[in-house]
Amino acid sequence: MRTLRFLLQKEFRQIFRDKSILRVIFMMPAMQLLILPWAADYEVKNINLVVVDHDRSTYTQQLISKITASGYFRLDKYTASYKDAMHEIENDDADIILEIPASFEKDLVKESSANLFMAVNAINGAKAGLGASYLQSIIHDYNNGIRAQWIQLPRFNTETTVDVTYSNWFNPLMNYKFFMVPGILVMLVTMVGSFLAAMNIVKEKEIGTIEQINVTPVKKYHFILGKLIPFWILGLIILSIGLLIAYVAYGIIPAGSFFTIYVFAACYLLAVLGLGLLVSTYSNTQQQAMLFSFFLMMIFVLLSGLYTPISSMPQWAQYITKFNPVAYFIEVMRMVVLKGSSLSDISKNIFIVLGFAVVLNIWAVVSYRKRA
Amino acid sequence: MQSVIVNNLSKSYGKKKEIKAVKEISFEVSKGELFGIIGPDGAGKTSLFRMLTTLLLPDAGNAAVDGSDVVKNYKDIRKKVGYMPGRFSLYQDLSVEENLNFFATIFNTTVQHNYDLIKDIYVQIEPFKTRKAGKLSGGMKQKLALSCALIHRPVVLFLDEPTTGVDAVSRKEFWEMLKHLKQQGITILVSTPYMDEAGLCDRIGLMQQGKILSVGTPAEITGAFKETILGVKSNNMYQLLKDLNANDEVEDAYSFGEYHHTVMKPNFNKETLQQYLEQKGNKELVIQNTQPTVEDSFMQLMKQ
Repeated sequence: MRTLRFLLQKEFRQIFRDKSILRVIFMMPAMQLLILPWAADYEVKNINLVVVDHDRSTYTQQLISKITASGYFRLDKYTASYKDAMHEIENDDADIILEIPASFEKDLVKESSANLFMAVNAINGAKAGLGASYLQSIIHDYNNGIRAQWIQLPRFNTETTVDVTYSNWFNPLMNYKFFMVPGILVMLVTMVGSFLAAMNIVKEKEIGTIEQINVTPVKKYHFILGKLIPFWILGLIILSIGLLIAYVAYGIIPAGSFFTIYVFAACYLLAVLGLGLLVSTYSNTQQQAMLFSFFLMMIFVLLSGLYTPISSMPQWAQYITKFNPVAYFIEVMRMVVLKGSSLSDISKNIFIVLGFAVVLNIWAVVSYRKRA
Repeated sequence: MQSVIVNNLSKSYGKKKEIKAVKEISFEVSKGELFGIIGPDGAGKTSLFRMLTTLLLPDAGNAAVDGSDVVKNYKDIRKKVGYMPGRFSLYQDLSVEENLNFFATIFNTTVQHNYDLIKDIYVQIEPFKTRKAGKLSGGMKQKLALSCALIHRPVVLFLDEPTTGVDAVSRKEFWEMLKHLKQQGITILVSTPYMDEAGLCDRIGLMQQGKILSVGTPAEITGAFKETILGVKSNNMYQLLKDLNANDEVEDAYSFGEYHHTVMKPNFNKETLQQYLEQKGNKELVIQNTQPTVEDSFMQLMKQ
């Protein structure tokens, strides 16, 4: 115990002495949490629209002003030539072309139906898809508006129409920040927990201090615990800073209890620290550890459900997410923060990450022995 | 009692064990002896030291340090040996004092307790005790490393190339320190590529390509050199060396400081050699008898 105390003392001294690492540890969550949620937003805005108007009538003017008034679209160009519009798309200045035929108003009035043409620049998939559906729903609205003007609707609608209203449970205003912020926080905790720990251990290998330690009576578990405990504590500190920022900057107060979050985070950190230890046993230089960590981090982020829902991934990818500890933490964060889940609700996730912790740590310790 | 016993120790690297770093080495070091392992880079000195300090598992053979087997009782060895690796491997971001305290505490002792042992060395770096170890000069780093290796009063001290890359004055100082430590009864094993340091050891082992060529006191080793050595010099040293090696009476010739050391075959004639060299156009010729050094012995053993 005495040895462990001195190892911990030394470790904290080194961590707090390295000003640049310290800055990263404390500034990173602040910067990322204050900036990223504003940028990483699912809502597509500023879709550049080109209108090719062959009709130039009152109705088309009404339609266009309705579209631009929605706030999602920016009228990039108003022209009468499709070629012109296509040119805009080719230059990547426009995302959607809306073509209004010459007989739009006439058809609408006479035949009660008119056609519109929409061409979508699909280079940016998310923007194209969402933009097109926004535009469709605006046109649909417009259509209903005109019909209401023309026809004195009978008291009971003769046509059957299904009107859908909806409410967003757990996040009534569909505020994206409510699920982005906890997600980003999970990433930060993961990075500190696994990758900083891995780099720290590899640094000892690289500089050769591990050799000097190995010829002392310091036991292996002392050394490993001396490395894991500081980063376990740092991970929880980052989490606390992050939750504080989430409250101060976004007013996010978990619907569930902080206790639940901390219990899960404590178990989760054991798993990611095991991962860090494993990375460190397989790398000999900090560069190797860094590259390996980047590789893992990319997979963790993209297959975590942070940006795209796991349920919409192909089946094989969903299997992979089962081995991604980050996915479990993000799920838990969202459950606790938005839904107010309690410990018993997330017990399955706790057991899974504890399983990760056991497997990864044992694997790391065994391979560490082989290489020592 | 023997402090270090090495018996047929071997170590190979590579997937198929094709690189043999240490080949069946055997030697013994007595208690309180200053033993030097002398050999060029790549001779296997570091591998040998790493096996003796339990950092590396031997493939074959066995070794004991202060009565403990390096494989079976490695934990005991770690408590009682001091190891100073060739590369500075203390915590560069901790200060001199912090490094020393840290190593003292993990050996369950205190700096005060063994201060008398490191005092002579430590006083030289004490003025810089708050400086970070990474910011020290080479010589000071080495003194700190030695202090840290000694802080738990080891029975056997392993120094892997402690004088490599250190200036001549510091090297001399360092050997003085070792002599002083020897008086305290500590067995010291030191490796070095410098032949001139061999004479400062009690006994030496000449090592080359994973093998110990010869073990003995410096006097024994040079005494085993039976042939006559001539120191030869002229105005054109390069031409002279070529001429010497072409001569039938010459066993071997190599440059050695300002002279070419020339190992002669038995029954040679100094006058014939002089005539031969003058004939070849060497001017300002000097030929003198020379005492063999450890390096001469090493050159001879290497070629056998």
